[in-house]
Amino acid sequence: MADLRTNFAGIQSPNPFWLASGPPTNTYGQVAKAFDEGWGGAVWKTIGEPIINVFSRYGSVDLGATRMMGFNNIELISDRPIADNLKEIAEVKRNYPKHAVIASLMVESKQKAWHEMVKQTEDTGADGIELNFGCPHGMSERGMGSAVGQVPDYTCQIVEWVKEVATIPVIVKLTPNVTDITYIARAAVKGGADALSLINTINSIVGVDLTTFEPQPSVAGKSSHGGYCGPAVKPIALHLVSAVAGDPKVTVPVSGIGGIASWRDAAEFIALGAGTLQVCTAVMHYGFRVIEDLIDGLSNWMDERGHRTIADIRGRALPRVAKWEDLDLNYHLLAHIDQDKCIQCELCWTACEDGAHQAIRRLERNGKRETGNGKRAPVVEIIEEACVGCNLCAAVCPVHDCITMRQIPNDFPAVTWKEYAAGKGKLAPRSDQFHTATWSSRHV
Amino acid sequence: MSVHDHPPVLTDEQLAANFADIAPPLTNDYALLEANKCLFCHDAPCTIACPTHIDVPAFIKKIASGNLRGSARVILEANPFGHSCARACPVEVLCEGACVLNDRDEQPIKIALLQRHATDYVLEHKLKLFEPGAPTGRTVAIVGAGPAGLSCARELRRFGHAVTVFESKSQAGGLNTYGIAEYKLKADVALAEVEDILDLGVELRTGVTVESIEELLTEYDAVFVGVGLGSTKRLGIPGEDLPGVIDALTFIEHLKTHPYRDTKVGQRVVVIGAGNTAIDAVTQAKRLGAATATIVYRRGEADMPCYHYEYELAKRDGCGFRFQAAPQRIVSNGNGAAAGVEVRTPLGNEVIPCDMVIVAIGQGERDEFAIPREHPKVFVGGDCANGGAEIVNAAAEGVQAAKQIHERLING
Repeated sequence: MADLRTNFAGIQSPNPFWLASGPPTNTYGQVAKAFDEGWGGAVWKTIGEPIINVFSRYGSVDLGATRMMGFNNIELISDRPIADNLKEIAEVKRNYPKHAVIASLMVESKQKAWHEMVKQTEDTGADGIELNFGCPHGMSERGMGSAVGQVPDYTCQIVEWVKEVATIPVIVKLTPNVTDITYIARAAVKGGADALSLINTINSIVGVDLTTFEPQPSVAGKSSHGGYCGPAVKPIALHLVSAVAGDPKVTVPVSGIGGIASWRDAAEFIALGAGTLQVCTAVMHYGFRVIEDLIDGLSNWMDERGHRTIADIRGRALPRVAKWEDLDLNYHLLAHIDQDKCIQCELCWTACEDGAHQAIRRLERNGKRETGNGKRAPVVEIIEEACVGCNLCAAVCPVHDCITMRQIPNDFPAVTWKEYAAGKGKLAPRSDQFHTATWSSRHV
Repeated sequence: MSVHDHPPVLTDEQLAANFADIAPPLTNDYALLEANKCLFCHDAPCTIACPTHIDVPAFIKKIASGNLRGSARVILEANPFGHSCARACPVEVLCEGACVLNDRDEQPIKIALLQRHATDYVLEHKLKLFEPGAPTGRTVAIVGAGPAGLSCARELRRFGHAVTVFESKSQAGGLNTYGIAEYKLKADVALAEVEDILDLGVELRTGVTVESIEELLTEYDAVFVGVGLGSTKRLGIPGEDLPGVIDALTFIEHLKTHPYRDTKVGQRVVVIGAGNTAIDAVTQAKRLGAATATIVYRRGEADMPCYHYEYELAKRDGCGFRFQAAPQRIVSNGNGAAAGVEVRTPLGNEVIPCDMVIVAIGQGERDEFAIPREHPKVFVGGDCANGGAEIVNAAAEGVQAAKQIHERLING
């Protein structure tokens, strides 16, 4: 059985799955229930001077009939008194001493305010502090949240103030709404951050009501940009986590956040350098119970692959994140269609013909199709000399493993663009030259 | 006791439930879910399989995008009888049977129900999707107001030709109105579909029996004949005119044009024949309250001309089947009414007792007038041309004929 215990910047937790700061971590009751159901840690809903929220706070994006592929919010930080929050944090920590309890903080950008807030927080016995420099909506208009996290100097300054008084680990939560997140990450590290967490939500408008022209979510006919999260943002988060975790100047651990909904997502974040995972939208959609398969699936996968601890897999994909100029130009692929699996939808053909490289040939349909019958003559085939191995056909194919990408061996040594541009190495004959040579004659 | 003094055994509620839609409409949520499962095949087999070649992926994607009006237009553009086909088409052997997902999921997209979802929207909102063309001054007579004739009529009106439809029955719609199993298609939908076409400015003359096509040709620039088939063929055995013996089309027509309670059904019903109409008769006899309803067929199970899913439906309805049983005569009781069917079986003759016999051994050709099929101004479609097929075939043939007529009228 894999050992999922985690030590993240000195913060211990029974597993790497923490609830991210947000609505699920608003109260003692929620966090205690989450711990009872198996969550390893929780970052409390951001505490600060209590705010007043609007009614209608969340917007959702469906993909076809799938609900909440993406999700956004215009909710602010906790609307509960600071004292209530701190009292409940202390109580949770007292009752769940082995779980990670992190206080998320956001106060106005003054040294004194931060000092007072941090001191009060430490009295609760919390295991760590997360500085919310990320929320892109509402609080940013008041000079907090992403207004801090978008400026390296502000980030560094406030982390310094916090570290002047903090004795427990300080995690800085980064906003993705910047041109290069590594500048902000480095500024936080320079200020003394013990760890980073990312990503906070992405600035967004989820949609417009086409009857009333109200952007969503509507508040009495108007809306404001909100923070986007959920499964839709995972690829963006994976990239930013890898950029920060792979930055040699970032010497602190990274907590991964952004669309994690399954153990596979979690494993990918860990492989790209995350030490812990933070989850919010999946819980808002399905409840705390999602932790069961997060743990079970991750654990089974680790057992099957022979990985014993989280540390064994953390960052394992990072060395494989390369610059484009370092990719091998002589690695050639060819699409292969398994005609026994093909259900003859021709999606590969139309995608390749209109959207890619005209490398699939249509054949005549073999008459009328009968239900559940035996073999039919193929309706599509790869034009091998034209296929550039782009993956599009495999991506659109609705049948698992029907279209696979196979390597075509050649006798040419690997050569990268960097080498080739410098006059080193030779390119193997390439199918994309076929297009250059024949395009005009094929498409008159 | 004969069929005529047999008291009704089912309540009105039970009868209504027995004749409720066998495939109820999808909810909006289900339709969205189902529409999103469609792969949007290129050169889609479902479209190829449809005799009217409805662009099925296109109309399904429009359901997914919330464009129901556009979706219905795709359907009805190709098939003027998209409403009834959504309910009564043998999709298992057409579009749904061709769906590529049969090979992946062993379940096709529910194309018929999605088609109903889109077209019901048009009925509910009384949308007018089509308009007559600018008048051409040409006139066409159409004989028979069934799916073939009215499909032809709609397309001709869209071309701008004047159209007069002659119908011998009191209402238009043909077998859609009078002959489709009640649990599949009800007359109100059939008539609403007809009304949509008539609204394009089609002149309908009901209760008129055309006696000569040649006569029509003197008044009209072209004639389309879509008169369907004639009455049920006779068995040619003794006793078939006894009280208690009825042909399937008469039985079904009565059921569809009267309150359910008013259609007499026996306690023990025998249906002779094993085509799709025989199935419609036997299931509806059972649903009317017959204690037993049995198909009697001279050949074997594998020889039945009905669709396999229709056979399955009849079995689910609790209908019986006697194979290798060739009817020899209808046996009468003491009062001269039908009391059984004597059949020849491989084990010898036997009498299957019953108090009602429904004959469903196919329709003969119409013989009221000769159709001058070779005449250059005469066009033929539907059952009278294809020997008896589905609504969708009639619609396809009507649309195709309209194109040919238009071509002839414009280019001579």
